[in-house]
Amino acid sequence: MKPFTYERVATPAEAAAAALKNPKARFIAGGTNLLDLMKLEIEVPPHLIDINRLGLDKIKETDQGGLRIGALVRNTDLAADRRVRKDYAVLSRALLSGASGQLRNKATTAGNLLQRTRCPYFYDPTMPCNKRAPGSGCSALQGFNRNLAILGTSDQCIATHPSDMAVAMRLLDATVETVHADGRTRAIPIASFHRLPGTTPHIETDLAPGELITAVVLPPPLGGTHIYRKVRDRASYAFALVSVAAVLQRDGTGRAAFGGLAHKPWRVEAAEARMAQGPKAVADAVLAGARTTPQNAFKTVLAERTLAAVFEQARA
Amino acid sequence: MDEDFIPVSRRGILAGGVATATIATAPASAQDSPQDRPPPSATTRLKVNGRTMTLTVDTRTTLLDALREHAHLTGAKKGCDHGQCGACTVLVAGRRINSCLTLAAMHDGDEITTIEGLGRPDDLHPLQAAFVAHDSYQCGYCTPGQICSAAGMLAELKAGVPSHVSADLDDPRATADEVRERMSGNICRCGAYSNIIEAISEVGGIKA
Ligand SMILES: Cc1cc2nc3c(=O)[nH]c(=O)nc-3n(C[C@H](O)[C@H](O)[C@H](O)COP(=O)(O)OP(=O)(O)OC[C@H]3O[C@@H](n4cnc5c(N)ncnc54)[C@H](O)[C@@H]3O)c2cc1C
Ligand code: SF4
Ligand code: FES
Ligand code: FES
Repeated sequence: MKPFTYERVATPAEAAAAALKNPKARFIAGGTNLLDLMKLEIEVPPHLIDINRLGLDKIKETDQGGLRIGALVRNTDLAADRRVRKDYAVLSRALLSGASGQLRNKATTAGNLLQRTRCPYFYDPTMPCNKRAPGSGCSALQGFNRNLAILGTSDQCIATHPSDMAVAMRLLDATVETVHADGRTRAIPIASFHRLPGTTPHIETDLAPGELITAVVLPPPLGGTHIYRKVRDRASYAFALVSVAAVLQRDGTGRAAFGGLAHKPWRVEAAEARMAQGPKAVADAVLAGARTTPQNAFKTVLAERTLAAVFEQARA
Repeated sequence: MDEDFIPVSRRGILAGGVATATIATAPASAQDSPQDRPPPSATTRLKVNGRTMTLTVDTRTTLLDALREHAHLTGAKKGCDHGQCGACTVLVAGRRINSCLTLAAMHDGDEITTIEGLGRPDDLHPLQAAFVAHDSYQCGYCTPGQICSAAGMLAELKAGVPSHVSADLDDPRATADEVRERMSGNICRCGAYSNIIEAISEVGGIKA
């Protein structure tokens, strides 16, 4: 690990000011992704701003009938919150399918959204990777890419976003609230929060340097049946190959978002119009532009079958 | 971090405190900062197993390294150092976490319980006694993490925290399936899993 200076801050304003003073600084929340990457010197911040004591660890009801989830709420606490279990069960389920009990006790809402890809070459500093070292090339295109993306890829990067929680947040149309280093605040719809790789795979979100996430806001509950179905190589403590978050209504309408397929949680609103026609019709529309490799072509079949399993589970 | 330690023997690292960490990281920091400037440090007050200790450590020191190399509590183990095995599990304010993926500096004022604090050789914690009774280990390397994790896990189950295998999010049942899912963050290379589940189930009053 490279040496770094460390500072604790007590308010979002202090955090913003610290970020303004140290443009290369990083915020540290749970640390479960950042420290992992710092040990490998893939992340090399010269300064860490510890945001664990900002008081952003509460879940509050909004005037609109939704929930405002503090950026520092731990994954365990979010999954176990009574209101989330009752009205946003798909979010509880997505969180509980990720990582381990220990990691969920530390991991935060904002940190989870911002976790970086698990592409094996991103993790291997001896290999070219446009995301880690812009312009160096993409080892995955001709390499081991079984678990990499099939939608929204570019010829520069085919990495996936590994978060389960983010897929549920996308399904629920959450909004990310932030404060800039200069004190300005804004609200970013989750649909435009994560970016596609394009020619700049190292830029993963819409956040500006030093911009702090303060909360993630859920709109009022959707009702319906909530399902998160994750398919992976082992039954627990593994990232998704494919996952589906869905809310299905009795009248046959509904929503579906996919994990494991792209650089961001993948949801095609137009495909949801076909919900009443069944999973095949929806999957066809979602997967229409898929670009696969011989190793990851199975994901198109798996995505359709996972969605079919979700429909079946909802009927049961 | 281990790469930095290559020129130094493992024994040297274990024996030393702050000074060793400084020496060991000198090759890496030489290019970034003048040789005579030590790497940045942070002061943190930890309440470990009921004892308060104030440590001034290289900012890079994880909670795991602080416990093992500075507090000389070597119960928590370093398996992977990347959150992938659970050998480093300790309780912070009663909640289980991986001590390898958090900095000592981030725990100023926190109450930490390690396997040494859970019970004593002459006064074993029920989980420690059950692991002995059920022969729940072979090499024992994962055991302190398994036991700390189990203590945190049983508290979570009691508090009604649901899991991936809970059929009803509002009513998680105390079953062996639940224990298996909730303990998946602790890997045992010796494969003592079935006896580990038996020991935990007995203490948790769960039908194995
Ligand atoms: C072994 C292992 C298995 C895992 N399995 C899964 C899995 O199956 N599914 C899954 O979804 N995840 C999984 N994870 C990832 C885990 O969910 C993330 O590491 C975690 O959610 C990150 O949250 P954190 O608070 O620890 O983030 P940190 O590591 O603290 O931060 C991550 C990034 O977010 C930035 N950041 C944090 N908070 C803010 C903020 N408020 N504003 C601006 N920037 C911020 C940091 O600067 C950093 O760049 C796994 C992790 C491990 C180690
Ligand atoms: S897919 Fe993206 S992250 Fe993986 S090697 Fe290519 S550029 Fe790097
Ligand atoms: S040493 Fe911490 S999880 Fe392996
Ligand atoms: S007893 Fe050897 S690793 Fe578990």
